[in-house]
Amino acid sequence: MSSIGTGYDLSVTTFSPDGRVFQIEYAAKAVDNSGTVIGIKCKDGIVMGVEKLIASKMMLPGSNRRIHSVHRHSGMAVAGLAADGRQIVARAKSEATNYESVYGEPIPVKELAERVASYVHLCTLYWWLRPFGCGIILGGYDRDGPQLYMVEPSGISYKYFGAAIGKGKQAAKTEIEKLKLSEMTCREGVIEVAKIIYKVHDEAKDKAFELEMSWVCDESKQQHQKVPNDLLEEAKAAARTALEEMDAD
Amino acid sequence: MDLDMSINAPHSMGTTIIGVTYNGGVVLGADSRTSTGMYVANRASDKITQLTDNVYVCRSGSAADSQIVSDYVRYFLHQHTIQLGQPATVKVAANLIRLISYNNKNMLETGLIVGGWDKYEGGKIYGIPLGGTLIEQPFAIGGSGSSYLYGFFDQEWKEGMTKDEAEKLVVKAVSLAIARDGASGGVVRTVIINSEGVTRNFYPGDKLPLWHEELEPQNSLLDILNAPEPMNT
Repeated sequence: MSSIGTGYDLSVTTFSPDGRVFQIEYAAKAVDNSGTVIGIKCKDGIVMGVEKLIASKMMLPGSNRRIHSVHRHSGMAVAGLAADGRQIVARAKSEATNYESVYGEPIPVKELAERVASYVHLCTLYWWLRPFGCGIILGGYDRDGPQLYMVEPSGISYKYFGAAIGKGKQAAKTEIEKLKLSEMTCREGVIEVAKIIYKVHDEAKDKAFELEMSWVCDESKQQHQKVPNDLLEEAKAAARTALEEMDAD
Repeated sequence: MDLDMSINAPHSMGTTIIGVTYNGGVVLGADSRTSTGMYVANRASDKITQLTDNVYVCRSGSAADSQIVSDYVRYFLHQHTIQLGQPATVKVAANLIRLISYNNKNMLETGLIVGGWDKYEGGKIYGIPLGGTLIEQPFAIGGSGSSYLYGFFDQEWKEGMTKDEAEKLVVKAVSLAIARDGASGGVVRTVIINSEGVTRNFYPGDKLPLWHEELEPQNSLLDILNAPEPMNT
């Protein structure tokens, strides 16, 4: 599956003979080992969900948040090394407030994604820095409507209508492709995201997990916020039922 | 007032500037007199300056200060447009002007009216007077000649005018101010900005309406004095 880059993988400023930078690829592995993170773009907004793997039973539910608000209108879900993710979120918040103080309007989501990607890429250019070990799903709602971006450790960023990173990303992507996103509202999207996360969670390998979800849509008045508790519970219940039905087959 | 009235005084634009929104865009208007003290340095100046394809600014106060501020903002907006990948909004242009005006208020003396059209908000006018306030208005007036126009606009302004109504209003207002303000004069220039683009118009003296004492006397008592006696051949 993976090739060993003996000798060419010691520094992020070294290319291998076949044109790869191994350090960046290894950074991406850190993302692949983390809990699944999904984002979808529905017709009236964005929904993001995180499979937060619980390391210890003694952790308080609701702590160690993986989804952060960057600005009133946008939020970021982080997969991979959590500490690295905090750094990126801090930078994104700073870029957003700086943009608004200079230009007098909230930062367009496209611009925010470009700035975050640029920052992540910056750390792949110098030997004294290491690449960020996290993947970011950035969702926002600006005057051009809802938009979803994904930023990888290499610094590339693309716009998506459905994205998944982490352990279960392959399975999650397959499930997302089955959805008719352009006809779905965010309310429905929340249920679907919950179902997908429950489905791709591997009971055997990982024990408990907590589902964390956020949205930014017309219903939330284009503000990024945690999905309201009642809807969250409804989604979890629907997801558990769907799982049981699957197991019953 | 102890003003230096020599020809070496800094160029000031006495000025009347106006910006008005209408149903579908904006109309900007200005006079064309630039004075240094009592001398008219330029009687046909263009006080309506382009910032981007869709945003223009009317300048008043110190000619040098307003030109420099416009130049900086044009430069910043150009970079911003490249970064954004689409035309800048009027609000962003106005905010950049405001930041420079406010942060350098001790050194600058310039009142500006930013007007333009963008696809999100349509036609918008922003007034940025001396101290660096930013205020979005349906219409804005500025410059020394504007003192004579407050009452006029209170009476004549209405929401949702057509393009022609708006332009006529602006031309009428500038010419009224020119008639009363010694520091405003010359020709009237207008710039109309809407979704279709930008139109520049030029109204020289003979195209402008005459006001009050500028008119030939009509039905004046003086006519009777010079008239022939009745019943005379």
